[in-house]
Amino acid sequence: MKEIIMVKYGEIALKGINKKTFEDMLQNNIKRRLKLIGQFSYSRNQSTIYIEPLDDSDVNIAVEALKKVFGIGAIQKCAVFPKDFDIVANNLGEYLRDALEDASSFKVEARRADKTFPMNSPQIQQALGDAVLDAFPHLTVDVHNPEITVRLEIRDVGAYLSAERITGAGGIPVGSSGKALLMLSGGIDSPVAGYMMAKRGLVVDCIHYISPPYTSERALLKVQKLCEKMTDYCGDIMFYCVPFTVIQEALRDNCPEEYFTVLLRRMMMKIANIICERDKYGAIITGESLAQVASQTLPALYCTNAAAEFPVFRPVIGMDKIEITEIARKIGTFETSILPYEDCCTVFSPKHPRTKPHIGDILKAEEAYDFDSMINEAVSKTTVQRFKYGEETVFLD
Amino acid sequence: MIYLDNAATTKPCAECVRAMNDAMSGTFGNASSLHKMGTVSMQIMARAKKNLLTAVTGGKSAFDGNVLFTSGATESNNTALLGSIHRFHPIRGNAKKIVSTAIEHPSAASVLTRFEEDGLDVVRLAPKNYEDFTGALIDAVDDSTVLLSAMAVNNETGFKIDIPRLYRMVKRKNPKTIVHIDAVQGFLKIPLDGDLISISGHKIHSAKGIGALFIRKGAAILPLISGGGQQNNLRSGTEPIELIAGLDAAVKAYKGDYKQFAMLKNCLLEELSKLEDIGINSDDNCVPNIVNFSVRGVRSEIMLHSLEESEIYVSSGSACSKGKKSGVLDAFGVSDKDADCAVRVSFSAENTPEEVRILCEQISKTIERVRR
Repeated sequence: MKEIIMVKYGEIALKGINKKTFEDMLQNNIKRRLKLIGQFSYSRNQSTIYIEPLDDSDVNIAVEALKKVFGIGAIQKCAVFPKDFDIVANNLGEYLRDALEDASSFKVEARRADKTFPMNSPQIQQALGDAVLDAFPHLTVDVHNPEITVRLEIRDVGAYLSAERITGAGGIPVGSSGKALLMLSGGIDSPVAGYMMAKRGLVVDCIHYISPPYTSERALLKVQKLCEKMTDYCGDIMFYCVPFTVIQEALRDNCPEEYFTVLLRRMMMKIANIICERDKYGAIITGESLAQVASQTLPALYCTNAAAEFPVFRPVIGMDKIEITEIARKIGTFETSILPYEDCCTVFSPKHPRTKPHIGDILKAEEAYDFDSMINEAVSKTTVQRFKYGEETVFLD
Repeated sequence: MIYLDNAATTKPCAECVRAMNDAMSGTFGNASSLHKMGTVSMQIMARAKKNLLTAVTGGKSAFDGNVLFTSGATESNNTALLGSIHRFHPIRGNAKKIVSTAIEHPSAASVLTRFEEDGLDVVRLAPKNYEDFTGALIDAVDDSTVLLSAMAVNNETGFKIDIPRLYRMVKRKNPKTIVHIDAVQGFLKIPLDGDLISISGHKIHSAKGIGALFIRKGAAILPLISGGGQQNNLRSGTEPIELIAGLDAAVKAYKGDYKQFAMLKNCLLEELSKLEDIGINSDDNCVPNIVNFSVRGVRSEIMLHSLEESEIYVSSGSACSKGKKSGVLDAFGVSDKDADCAVRVSFSAENTPEEVRILCEQISKTIERVRR
């Protein structure tokens, strides 16, 4: 008996004439993940991708990887049978044993996509329920709250039996919306922001600012680790690392302390602008959440935003810390984010930052020094590194 | 020399020795130091953890949790048991049952005895009473069970438990029950799972003095050792990077192969079948690298010392019990008389069928000499 994986589309099932573009992109994204696990063949039919292992690749490992691919609505492991109900009924015990042996209740669902099949859906359902009960007499039927739902789908190419449907990551395929640059800090919020925009189809690359000796090697390792972890959902990530020390020192020496935070954010934005322009990014993503800290009040965001020339996406702007943390835990970045290494944002942070800065004052403060040439120099000294999906190169405890 | 006492300890492999040497002579920084040398040591540790998390499940997907480095399995078992029960001390009122077995290693069994003295109910099941022992352990778990502690593979006979099934079913029955697996003999031999898993380095060709406790994400324990807050404050003390590097290297280089062990066991059983009055105490439900048998009429210790004269090293039951009657064989249904003359042979990947034949020759000679 052959076991395959059925991948059902999420939102892209609703697309119109451009649906195929999204489907191709999803299938390519899936292929890129699964080629690290083994050899699989792919076919598509009725908003479903059928993935069949060609070697003894572990289907369960493949399912784990697929759970993190955007564009997938649901994942089902299925046994493939010929379209003959008796064959299914006589052989289902073996396939369902793992799922049903220790369960106490179940229900069945049947779907007949192939209308030439001699039984209709209610008939299949009835007969399937009987067959399951024959094989596992200890079970009881519970249509409202079953422990396991056994599904049988009669499709063009065969009968697909499964006992497990896993909710997919949702969203649309990464790459279908273009690419954007995420300001990755090392905190909890920015990886979540990146995850959320990747879910909307963006390729997410990351930009990070370092200020040695004020920030440590471990702080950088931490951010690189976050980047690496984000590849699970985002796919390969380009990591831009900007040397930021001299700019921060110049700010300290030339500008009023109370504006440090906002000025710092503006400098970061300006650098991101140049890189977006140069490397063809369509937007900047930040992990800002309204009123979370002094630089994220409405007036402060106004001032930061005024330095941006590209659209700035702030997907967590309306979320509170608990909601953001919940997602960070789910995507596996939380534990790295809370490692206690300082990033550059806390270097020279003012005792009493201005929570209601005025753009006029900020622009005036910026005039005090020739920051533009420093910004250009920082961009020219920026290093780029690629984090590839499935490769672990950063080790941090 | 023919070394057939690998369940007692193993020879550190060349990869382990090299890794330890490198870590001691080259990168000797304190993993907590924030400078480069500290970072290098921290990375050695992080790499080792990553490798261990994948190795412990025996499958392709990694264990979902963290690794605590300890001084060995005794500390791992103590930390797991005391750490989790101390944690639950305030709710002891209604949750006071502990499920375990009658075949545990003293490093776990003695802690369980302490719990008993503190008023907890400890249920110790013996394999001899159940056809499906894994099922019996699952059945014993109920709403009041705070902890289940069981060894994956018994050190005296090689008897194994279906750990993935045990863990899955216990969690289904009572998600609050903490499952601790003593995997000293099971690590790298059978698939493992659990909330807390103890392993030891020197049973898998690493050095003595290093072990680990795997802690599943969400499973909370309290530390036994307090101090500088290393290892997430769960085990203070500077991490022994050289031992950790050695353990990591030994795990990566581990060559034990189920098929090879099965072949050696078959060879041993075949040779033993040619001798008279031998009882086999390790049945088909045992891992093949440990074989316990009784040479009736020859006391274990006499057999051990007689083989020692030909530089063949085996064990009389468990090395830890040092001649003290452990009661473990009784829990497997081995009679007192057979237990008195039990011999444990345990293989490593380096053993050969030829060595097994020489062993049996010497056993045969000892029988002739002693059995009168």
